[in-house]
Amino acid sequence: MKELGVEVLSVSTDSRFTHKIWNEVELSKMVEGGIPFPMLSDQGGRIGTVYGVYDEDAGVNIRGRFIIDPDGVIQAMEVLTPPVGRNPAELIRQIKAFQHVRATGGAEATPSGWTPGEKTLKPGPDLVGKVWEVWKP
Amino acid sequence: MVKEVDSCVQPAAGPLVPEPTPVEGVSPPEEEVKMVMARVGKEAPDFEASAYVAGEGFKNVKLSDYRGQWVVLCFYPGDFTFV
Repeated sequence: MKELGVEVLSVSTDSRFTHKIWNEVELSKMVEGGIPFPMLSDQGGRIGTVYGVYDEDAGVNIRGRFIIDPDGVIQAMEVLTPPVGRNPAELIRQIKAFQHVRATGGAEATPSGWTPGEKTLKPGPDLVGKVWEVWKP
Repeated sequence: MVKEVDSCVQPAAGPLVPEPTPVEGVSPPEEEVKMVMARVGKEAPDFEASAYVAGEGFKNVKLSDYRGQWVVLCFYPGDFTFV
């Protein structure tokens, strides 16, 4: 994430004290030095509510992940119920794709499953009906 | 400036809603301020939360502090859970 110039912010309804101890006691044994990004506390779930991920019955935020661009615009979101974890490889792929699109000023779009180095699409009148010529899954 | 202490309960500001600009001659609506929901393609609702940062300790973090950078915002159910 650091290499991609991306800041990670994690959010749960735990207190910042719990975050500290969790990082020190458990996470530091999974990741050398503990996790390096800010762990935010959303006690009461008001932030999660605005992001549509707060479960008021359980009193927790479910797994919601948002990619926010440098203008503060949400480019992608993914929300899972608690028992299934996320796939960081897909997150990284999406970030690279959004960064590529942004670098081209929106002139290029990335087809499904695109990874860096692969062909992109240039939407416009010339491409209509001819995607099959330039891209095959 | 008041020195910040690590009290047991430190309410974070939560979602930050811009102050509505009063329009002259129009009384502000009595309804509560409309909550802006997060949507793709729209500006991410700003918020302020208290945070723990390894090596730095406790501090308040605002989403808008990260303007100009890509941000991944990750919600999860709870510390010390399993997945």
